[in-house]
Amino acid sequence: MLSVPGVHCAACITKVERGLMAHPCVSAARVNLTLRRASITAAPEVDVADMIALVEGLGYEAHELDAAALRATATDKAGRDLLMRLAVAGFASMNVMLLSVAVWSGAADATRDMFHWISAAIALPTIVFSGQPFFRNAWHALRGGRLNMDVPITLAILLAVGTSLWETALSGHHAYFDAALTLVFFLLAGRYLDHRTRAIARSAAEELTALEVPRAWRLDGDTETQVAVAELRLGDLVRVRPGGRMPVDGVIEDGTSELDRSLLTGETTPVFAGEGQHVSAGEMNLTGPLTLRATAVGADTSLHRMTDLVAMAEAGRANYTSLADRAAKLYAPGVHILSALAFLGWLIGTGDMRTALNIAAAVLIITCPCALGLAVPAVTTAASGRLFKRGMLIKDATALERLAEVDTVVFDKTGTLTTGTPTLEAAEELEPDALAIAMALAGGSSHPLSCAVVEAGQRLGVTPADVTAIREVPGYGTEGVWQGGCVRLGRASWTGADPLAQTAAYLKIGEEMPVALTFADTLRTGAAEAVSALKDAGKQVLLFSGDSAPAVQAMAERLGIPEWQAEALPEQKASRIAAMSGEGHKVLMVGDGLNDTAALSAAHVSISPASALDAARAASDIVLLGADLSPIADACAIAQSATRRIRENFQIATFYNIIAVPLAVAGLATPLIAALAMSTSSVVVSLNALRLKGRT
Amino acid sequence: MNILTYLIPISLLLGGVGLVAFVYTLRSNQYDDPEGDSRRILSDEWDDHPKP
Repeated sequence: MLSVPGVHCAACITKVERGLMAHPCVSAARVNLTLRRASITAAPEVDVADMIALVEGLGYEAHELDAAALRATATDKAGRDLLMRLAVAGFASMNVMLLSVAVWSGAADATRDMFHWISAAIALPTIVFSGQPFFRNAWHALRGGRLNMDVPITLAILLAVGTSLWETALSGHHAYFDAALTLVFFLLAGRYLDHRTRAIARSAAEELTALEVPRAWRLDGDTETQVAVAELRLGDLVRVRPGGRMPVDGVIEDGTSELDRSLLTGETTPVFAGEGQHVSAGEMNLTGPLTLRATAVGADTSLHRMTDLVAMAEAGRANYTSLADRAAKLYAPGVHILSALAFLGWLIGTGDMRTALNIAAAVLIITCPCALGLAVPAVTTAASGRLFKRGMLIKDATALERLAEVDTVVFDKTGTLTTGTPTLEAAEELEPDALAIAMALAGGSSHPLSCAVVEAGQRLGVTPADVTAIREVPGYGTEGVWQGGCVRLGRASWTGADPLAQTAAYLKIGEEMPVALTFADTLRTGAAEAVSALKDAGKQVLLFSGDSAPAVQAMAERLGIPEWQAEALPEQKASRIAAMSGEGHKVLMVGDGLNDTAALSAAHVSISPASALDAARAASDIVLLGADLSPIADACAIAQSATRRIRENFQIATFYNIIAVPLAVAGLATPLIAALAMSTSSVVVSLNALRLKGRT
Repeated sequence: MNILTYLIPISLLLGGVGLVAFVYTLRSNQYDDPEGDSRRILSDEWDDHPKP
């Protein structure tokens, strides 16, 4: 299974499929354009890397997807199940409506009774099949001693079918089979919309996870074998190449290098790593190959222990009740009391059980939360669709509502406001010779600082100097020979320079004083816009980082963030956010690292970029798919307007009930009025939700 | 009114055929890639017989 994000048309499909089929070992290949994936069936000896190379040779970017991580959504069983029930309910309600129209337009006596019986014959099995999701939920709620939206729904459906059946048996005038079926149909439509929004978000989130196929190189004697990280055991020797992430906690047995720990701590300056040093899973190896002896694997690694913090913080957030639940809490008891009162009133007033039961059923059907059931899903579907187009993925159903309440935004620095890749500062002011030498030396290394030097040189049109015998000393830097003298680019201690506070590399030419090359973090695109838009919207913006004070201060000043905190430990970040929440602020946390995960879960709502660690993405409610940060401000605006629409929808539903309920209680509601009122309110609510999509 | 004895079963049958057709399409994974399927008709491959 490959992810092929670049395919977008019929020609691409044909090209990729034909290219893959041309490979002798591939027996089947199919591109799914909706998911931008290619599934390949091939002989077992085929390596995934070959397939990726093949697709990339065709001109498309390709990544391997972990099939195990995707399996959960490969077949969306629950969605299919809902769709099937929806189709059956739709079929039945159309047929019954057809018969009902005949009754309303004047069929009488034997014909009416026959139509009612046919309706009953269609409605009963349909209700039994299509109503199951509601019955099940209602039963669970009742067993737990709670009331939810499904309890009045179930009661209304059962009562409507029951009284209608009774009426039909007594050849009465009114039967509510059509109302019960349309009710089920509309409510299932709401459920399905809701489910689909969440399924799309979930499958995209899973795809992000599946992109990181966990593999490691294990040393057995002299041979290296590639194994899954899950197969590593304590005491195994693991080889980590430059550019690779530590799969386990361990002690370095052999090799020197530098480590990038920014995802764990937020520090941007790489740290030196040598024999005997402890490393944690999740750190990135930068320069030289390292051999580790595993001291903790799988769930025991420090990376996993961090996630326990998250679990604790998450328990606090579960208290949020969505607007829909709050409405249901008011609504469900009210409806039951109302229909019980109507029943009792008519029973005492007329002494006729049949009339009383009929009226009670009419009240339940009229008040049934058809519009309420659609009110929230219709709006969230429209809003998440808009956000998805802007590259944001809503993972949690209530995230939109919570996002709308936010008044304080906390950013993490490394990897969130910045891309985590450095750029060379003041490259123009360096002597051309020095830059040319630095560039030549940097060309021999894949260290991020070296890449920044090369990039800066290329931007200024500098040709690398003629440096020979370039050699990388892992963990220290690179050295070479230029015009007979030794030149070095690397750490302060190695070049004999006084270390500066900020991120820097030092260039020593011959016996001259070393020159410092300083680096700044690259600002993520849209970071400045996002911060200023959020400030314009009247929100308080803060910056918490695990990085050193000068770097954080510089960033805060650059973006105009008045309040910042540097060298913050993960627990400090989380507790500051908890304290702010305690003061009544609603905090939005934007972060990417492991050191942010606790803070992400402690915040009222949280956003993380797609480049974030798995654990951070799991802890956040919204994932930014693109590299651009500017959608964050839009997201807040969209969330606010979505919440406004939801409230409007509730008002519409309430208004409709105020008009319809007295009619029902007074016994004036006929099945025709019930059908009209119900459909009108549902359609109005859906149209109101679509209004959100039209506005830009 | 005797016409009803034909018409009602016919209307139910027609609706039922639609329902069965829908169930068939759902069961045979035809909603997995709506975007791709709408583009595939533009390609002239597999025009004569379906892709195996």
